[in-house]
Amino acid sequence: MLRQIEGSQAVAAIVAACRPEVISCYPITPQTHIVETLSAKVKKGELGSTQFLNVESEFAALSVLIGASATGARSYTATASQGLLFMAEALYNASGLGLPIVMTVGNRAIGAPINIWNDHSDAMAMRDAGWIQLFAEDNQEAVDLHIQAFYLAEALSCPVMVCVDGFILTHAFEAVDLPAQAAVDAFLPPYDPVQVLDPSDPVSIGAMVGPEAFAEVRYLAHHKQLEALNRIPDLAEAFQKHFARRSGGLLSPDRLEDAETVIIAMGSVLGTMREVADQMRAAGDLIGCLKIVSYRPFPAAALRTAVARAKTVIVIEKALAAGRGGILAADVKMALEGLPLRIQTVIAGLGGRPVTQASLKKMIEAAQKGELDSPHFLDLHWDVIHGELARQREKRASGPSAENILKEMGKKAKPIY
Amino acid sequence: MMSKQVVKFYQTGTFTVGNRLLDETLRTVQSGIARTNSLNSGHRACQGCGEALGARYAVDAAMRAANNQVIAVNATGCLEVFSTPYPESAWQLPWIHSVFGNAPAVASGVAAALKAKGKTQSKVIAQGGDGGTVDIGFGCLSGMFERNDDVLYICYDNEAYMNTGVQRSGATPPAARTMTTQAVGDAPGSRFETGKNLPRIAMAHDIPYVATATVADLHDLEAKVTKAVKMRGARYIHIFVPCPLGWGSDPAHTIRVARTAVESGLFPVFEAESGKVTDVTPIRKKMPVEDYLRLQGRFKHLFGPPKKTETLAAIQQIADDNIARYGLIEAPDSE
Repeated sequence: MLRQIEGSQAVAAIVAACRPEVISCYPITPQTHIVETLSAKVKKGELGSTQFLNVESEFAALSVLIGASATGARSYTATASQGLLFMAEALYNASGLGLPIVMTVGNRAIGAPINIWNDHSDAMAMRDAGWIQLFAEDNQEAVDLHIQAFYLAEALSCPVMVCVDGFILTHAFEAVDLPAQAAVDAFLPPYDPVQVLDPSDPVSIGAMVGPEAFAEVRYLAHHKQLEALNRIPDLAEAFQKHFARRSGGLLSPDRLEDAETVIIAMGSVLGTMREVADQMRAAGDLIGCLKIVSYRPFPAAALRTAVARAKTVIVIEKALAAGRGGILAADVKMALEGLPLRIQTVIAGLGGRPVTQASLKKMIEAAQKGELDSPHFLDLHWDVIHGELARQREKRASGPSAENILKEMGKKAKPIY
Repeated sequence: MMSKQVVKFYQTGTFTVGNRLLDETLRTVQSGIARTNSLNSGHRACQGCGEALGARYAVDAAMRAANNQVIAVNATGCLEVFSTPYPESAWQLPWIHSVFGNAPAVASGVAAALKAKGKTQSKVIAQGGDGGTVDIGFGCLSGMFERNDDVLYICYDNEAYMNTGVQRSGATPPAARTMTTQAVGDAPGSRFETGKNLPRIAMAHDIPYVATATVADLHDLEAKVTKAVKMRGARYIHIFVPCPLGWGSDPAHTIRVARTAVESGLFPVFEAESGKVTDVTPIRKKMPVEDYLRLQGRFKHLFGPPKKTETLAAIQQIADDNIARYGLIEAPDSE
């Protein structure tokens, strides 16, 4: 049934339909509406005996789910940004223990400076934590990926993170088809754990492993991710058969058949990008888009096949590895090693900076001419950068950068009243 | 020829040898053939380890009280490391270890899952050392308390980070030598600070049950665990467990060290329900704190030369304050 609904509420509705047994909650913008909505559903008794725990930190939120999942309960929470980083230790632990927890990340920047708006720094910082990471382009996909996430997590005994762009998606109202409960029940079987804390069959979970077997245990975690590479496309097929809608998969190609320039990205920026591709194609420019849905596991082979015919590949990413450049771009470059094409890294949309069609078009045209610096920072205010660097050179005790920059920008800004 | 050792058995009032004199229902869990050996033999604790002893009695008592329906959560620490070196496990009950600072939250999750599944006959215990409890796990523990989650948390307090090689924790007493509060300088050992008394902090949450116990009175320890397991909500038991390695005490003196801690007043043994003290174990014969401190290498620097009389007096004051606060010495009959 199509409903005009906020992204967070749509996610909460589908999570509820997946019948989680334990939900933990710690507030952090921009995911808070999800857990608020779930909290009301549990309190109203709509979720039967589901337990909802208001905890004291994100570290506790995930830790509660580690206990719940190990006791055989389908377990869910949502977080973002600093919260995801505060969970870091437990993230590695949950995947190491093979616990199929599902978590929504309302992607948001990481401070300092504190910033509540969208980019992918949070999820990318945790890319090696052993979780499967799926990125949604719009709220329909966010809904669909959650159903697939529970299925995949429990099939593989591996936690799954569903990444949904903060504000851009979590707070956007759009038409979403929310599958009926019966359809979800028919697709998603009850959780059947491979290990469970049960007094009638005691096991020890979380033993210490030394040099004699640690590498083997870690390899098995890698193997699980490789297995996910095979499972994810099949799951998307099964999903399409069941729900009559294409969603998920490892990658989603758009007009790659004849594309000379391929834009690779994750998440909601694809929406803007498709508009730009439409316009540029109308002018005869063969642009294609490639959405990466599964960032972990990284679909290197599928990616290589998908873009093999392109001349230029532009990776647009909402994260920055300080001292290195692109993160997604590094993975893409490894996947495309040896292919005769130009790969361009573009850092865009950090801390919620709007990624506009005009800027994208200008950037693509520069890239096609080979005139783009690398990595390219989209719409970076170089005057601000140079001003602040000059200030730092002049005076050692020049104060906090963020405040100085805001002061300078304030002087130049036109009054809004 | 082996040297002769005089072994004295005497009735201590603590049931250490008097078990067979008791009614069967009052006998220690460990004396029964139905004991579960939940922390089985063969683990790798040091000789004279107070934590291994305390855990063995506590967990078996919990098992008996819950009809063997117990799930245990363990913080990182000695107990975790010595009991589960892969591929061995000393645990004969369902047991999970996640990370250092989250045992109370993991236990909350186990309890929530049991509730969601209607398996409320199973009981959840969480256990950690003093570092995992009063320091790194403190936030999660306080959260578990205030939500009144259905978990019995047991802290095995050996007053420092022993697993990492004896470093100061928030539970390390003043003047104690650890590797990060060494016996050097003008004020050797750990500084005199305000301390972090977790049983009292637990009581401040008004949780249903808080108790302290020691390995010197294992029958009392078992009774408290038994009582706590049968209750619902958040419960906390703080067990004083000497560490021969970290404390520089004779492995044969573990019980003696624990008993002198109690009899000097340095470790008050009591029970509290819903934030109020309901019972204290009186000191039978008050010992000076020196009798406790002298048994341990970590306090050796106090005895000189020169003897640190001021420091010793300050420690004695702590014991005397405990005695006054908890009424550990019964007033003589006024008749």
